[in-house]
Amino acid sequence: MVKLDRKHLKSIIESLIFISETPITINKIREVIDGPDKKTLRALITELIEEYKAMDRGFILSEVAGGYQFRTRPEYAKWNRRLKGEKHLRLSQPAMETLAIIAYKQPITRSEIEYIRGVDVGGILRSLLGKRLIRILGKKEVPGRPLIYGTSTKFLEVFAIKDLTNLPTLQEIEEP
Amino acid sequence: MPYNIKLEVFEGPLDLLFHLIKKNEMDICDIPIAEITQQYFEYLDLMKTLNLDIAGEFVVMAATLMHIKSRMLLPPADDEEEDEGDPRAELVRRLIEYQKFKDVANRLKYYEILDRDVFIRGANNEFIEEEKDLHNITVFELIEAFKRIHREKPPQDFLYVAVERMSINDRIIEIIERMEDVTSMAFESLFLRHSDKSDMILTFLALLELTRLMIVRIVQATPFGTIRIFPIHSRVSEEMNKQNG
Repeated sequence: MVKLDRKHLKSIIESLIFISETPITINKIREVIDGPDKKTLRALITELIEEYKAMDRGFILSEVAGGYQFRTRPEYAKWNRRLKGEKHLRLSQPAMETLAIIAYKQPITRSEIEYIRGVDVGGILRSLLGKRLIRILGKKEVPGRPLIYGTSTKFLEVFAIKDLTNLPTLQEIEEP
Repeated sequence: MPYNIKLEVFEGPLDLLFHLIKKNEMDICDIPIAEITQQYFEYLDLMKTLNLDIAGEFVVMAATLMHIKSRMLLPPADDEEEDEGDPRAELVRRLIEYQKFKDVANRLKYYEILDRDVFIRGANNEFIEEEKDLHNITVFELIEAFKRIHREKPPQDFLYVAVERMSINDRIIEIIERMEDVTSMAFESLFLRHSDKSDMILTFLALLELTRLMIVRIVQATPFGTIRIFPIHSRVSEEMNKQNG
């Protein structure tokens, strides 16, 4: 194997991220390049992220859904939307609340969600499944074998979240 | 004459309780239960007056409130029942937990949402793109298509041999395997391998099950056009690939 210098290695990683349709993971990059260890790759990607940030261009390199992806800067959204149209995700308040519960409490059954929200969530679950923000993880080994739900990779992509450990923290309610 | 009025209603009993607590500036950890119960019932009465259906959940909460209220009226517990604590505790815990998720949901709304605040290169969001050109089809259209294939199969005079029948499960796995290397598949092509009637029905049932489990998606580009089946890639299979790789 040809020993690649850092500069080349970084450019190769950059090209892989560029052509990838979904956020590309370190594992995938490692599979392709075959040689450098994860630590080296991660360090190079961090450099790339910093470089793009420093260049102050129309897009940056983001860490989302366990991988890396070029994304536009939010300050240019107005113009980007004109080209792409207003096709983004729209969720009602109940759907957002249900999604938040699933994100933090997964794996979770429908009845567990309903206990927290105090209302039926059947319709909302169907809609979230349809939008592919959540997915069925399997069945719970309790009587009735209810389905258990969790969030999908798409959820992390849509909300630009690195991984499930990077969800916003649940704040304690301040005592009045 | 009865008539229906549309007005903003609370999504559930917890929502309503929150509203009442906020409106009265009550301390969530020390709710004046008699007062809130009274206001809760007033709201239910209003709903009735307005000819609104009161969902079962509201009634359950009403019962819970009455129960808590009655327990609050009892003299302080004996030594034996010391552990029971504040009868409001469970309700307060639920309200606080619910509040946390409401709060997170509100914060998530301001995240950099894909295709709203930030964009990715090229033909992004496959699902949204797909929805522009492709129509979701109904189960009836699927049945029509099945009937068509079934008719088109010429009668065959082969010798009859007893065969071992597959289960729907086996067929599901077979379809998943066939879908692995392709981005989509024509509905008809699923039936090419199976000429026998019960085999075709098995494939059809497997397809319905796959759709129900959100493993595949069935769409059609034009009315009466080819029905195509798209796999919905889950994180599970991606993770399995990762581990194998």
